[in-house]
Amino acid sequence: MKRFAHALLCASALSMLGTAALAETLTIATVNNGDMIRMQGLTDDFTAKHPDIELNWVTLEENILRERVTTDIATQGGQYDVMTIGTYEVPIWAKQGWLLPLDGLGDDYDVDDIIPAIAGGLSYEGKLYAAPFYGESSFVMYRTDLMEKAGLTMPDAPTWDFIADAARKMTDRENGINGICLRGKAGWGENMAFLTALSNAFGARWFDMDWKPQFDQPAWKNTLQSYVDLMNEAGPTGASSNGFNENLALFQQGKCGMWIDATVAASFVSNPADSTVADKVGYALAPDTGLGKRGNWLWAWSLAVPAGTKKAEAAQTFVSWATSKAYLELVASKEGWANVPPGTRTSLYENPEYAKVPFAKMTLDSINAADPNKPTVDEVPYVGVQFVAIPEFQGLGTTVGQLFSAALAGQMSVDDALAQAQSVATREMTRAGYIK
Amino acid sequence: MARAVTTRTKAINTAVAWTVALVIFFPILYTLITSLKTEAEAIAGFDLIPSFTFESYVAVQTQNDYFKPFMNSVILALGSTLLALIVAIPAAWAMAFSPTKRTKDILMWMLSTKMMPAVAVLVPIYLIFLRTGLMDTRIGLTVMLMLINLPIVIWMLYTYFREIPGEILEAARMDGASLWNEILYILTPMAVPGIASTMLLNIILAWNESFWTIQLTTTNAAPLTAFIASFSSPQGLFWAKLSAASTLAIAPILIMGWFSQKQLVRGLTFGAVK
Repeated sequence: MKRFAHALLCASALSMLGTAALAETLTIATVNNGDMIRMQGLTDDFTAKHPDIELNWVTLEENILRERVTTDIATQGGQYDVMTIGTYEVPIWAKQGWLLPLDGLGDDYDVDDIIPAIAGGLSYEGKLYAAPFYGESSFVMYRTDLMEKAGLTMPDAPTWDFIADAARKMTDRENGINGICLRGKAGWGENMAFLTALSNAFGARWFDMDWKPQFDQPAWKNTLQSYVDLMNEAGPTGASSNGFNENLALFQQGKCGMWIDATVAASFVSNPADSTVADKVGYALAPDTGLGKRGNWLWAWSLAVPAGTKKAEAAQTFVSWATSKAYLELVASKEGWANVPPGTRTSLYENPEYAKVPFAKMTLDSINAADPNKPTVDEVPYVGVQFVAIPEFQGLGTTVGQLFSAALAGQMSVDDALAQAQSVATREMTRAGYIK
Repeated sequence: MARAVTTRTKAINTAVAWTVALVIFFPILYTLITSLKTEAEAIAGFDLIPSFTFESYVAVQTQNDYFKPFMNSVILALGSTLLALIVAIPAAWAMAFSPTKRTKDILMWMLSTKMMPAVAVLVPIYLIFLRTGLMDTRIGLTVMLMLINLPIVIWMLYTYFREIPGEILEAARMDGASLWNEILYILTPMAVPGIASTMLLNIILAWNESFWTIQLTTTNAAPLTAFIASFSSPQGLFWAKLSAASTLAIAPILIMGWFSQKQLVRGLTFGAVK
């Protein structure tokens, strides 16, 4: 009997060792966003369903992640099995053959449920190369009490003239209220995300069909001049250093009448634990100028599987879990519907429980108002609403962003900033071979 | 003859020294202050009085394990320093006591590698690490950090060794000391202050190195620099948490620096006055 028990114990130990040896470990590169951190806390659900897959997380700052992941993927390093990337990278990397098409997400995944605008931004030549973890557009968040005090009513779809007028009327410098808070910090993903999206509403574009830069055109002058004028009159001091986080803090402290930024900010500004104005926030679409395009962007933090991975099947299994309908329900059951990653699935917006979240409808309307394949009034040769999906855009966008940030800070005139932007863009595009 | 120093001059000198020290130390102090604020306070603007909350430290420890990257930092800093000394002491000995025509050129060439931006060699180094299986390993990163700091270590040791009279070594040789005994029992004990300060400086440099330690690691060998990098958020307030993570990361090296400052200063000024 003793011998039998010993043998049984050995067999159990061996089988456990066997399981451990068979287990695959996925390394997942991600950014430190609330939704991503929440996912890390919920992975017990995944490992319970897939005991043969273990997860290792690498969380990095956004720019370091981009740099690190780009090096790895360009050298086919295979250090990461799943990576978090955005709508900017997906078409470029898919074209390079750096990503695997997501064709193994499972029968019950329901790809068609992904919001079409988001799916379009994550596809290349009709194939999905990344699955959206959360999607966002941008919209107007405004203080309902200050709007009322100014004697105005915010329409659901305001014009830029209305926004500018309201901002000036809401400004109360003596009480520390700025009519509007907008991004001014230089960077292709910072001020240029906002300004490029706004320029679409003004009828501007980065390049014409021959890739010739368009900063010398009146539409860009109108965009930048009205932005700088409005920020000087109704924006916070030091606005040229403000990005998403700085404006979030200002709005939460009740120092902004309006803030046009990512739809994902709605859950922060309406959270009473962090925001002093949580019960006084209204939402509206990003403004237009009557030309047929709104100044809102489209972005999705998404999970992709690099071509260099040796664990493609397990990686797709994880991507499928993290971006599934079931995951949204899991988050809702643990953290409430307001904390569900937004902007990825149509079915979420058809859910009556989620419809009760105050910013849900406006988020969906904003996402649907953006078209990455036709972002501008006039025709363009590129894809992307608040960026141009070419590899050169990161560097060029940041350089132009520095010029526009300097114009906002008063270090140079709007005309000089545009002239220099035109010059540097022409030089870079010629050097890169776009302009023959 | 020494100059007479009045009490007034002493007081002014002390005040100036304290002011300079405070200015240099202020970023670290403000990091500590910010780590004791709430996220809203941290981003609200300049304020030296925190609300003394430890919520950021709790959040940092909950979100990421501190111990593993801390141990990696310790192993990498000590390992690379030890390895660097093993290579650098004989090299500095050779250049200090048996110089040739090209010694100065070699020293300058070694230093010139420090003038190159690290990113310029990122791809070749990355590929070498990938193909040799050194990626995300402590041994690979230890060797890398040793190579990065080796020029400085050799230069410092060379400077210290030059201050030691060659006649003493010659006398040892005359008494029948082998090369190994000469370096180990004669040279090294005499250069202890210099070696100690070189070691301390190298530990600090290796501890703070953030380019290669992030580029060449994922999870297994990632040290505290990668730990800090994980707390910056593009969408969400993070200054207090980032400051808490930074404080935790720099605390060990800062404490080590305080305890060894006498040794460090003695070593750095070693040979300054003959």
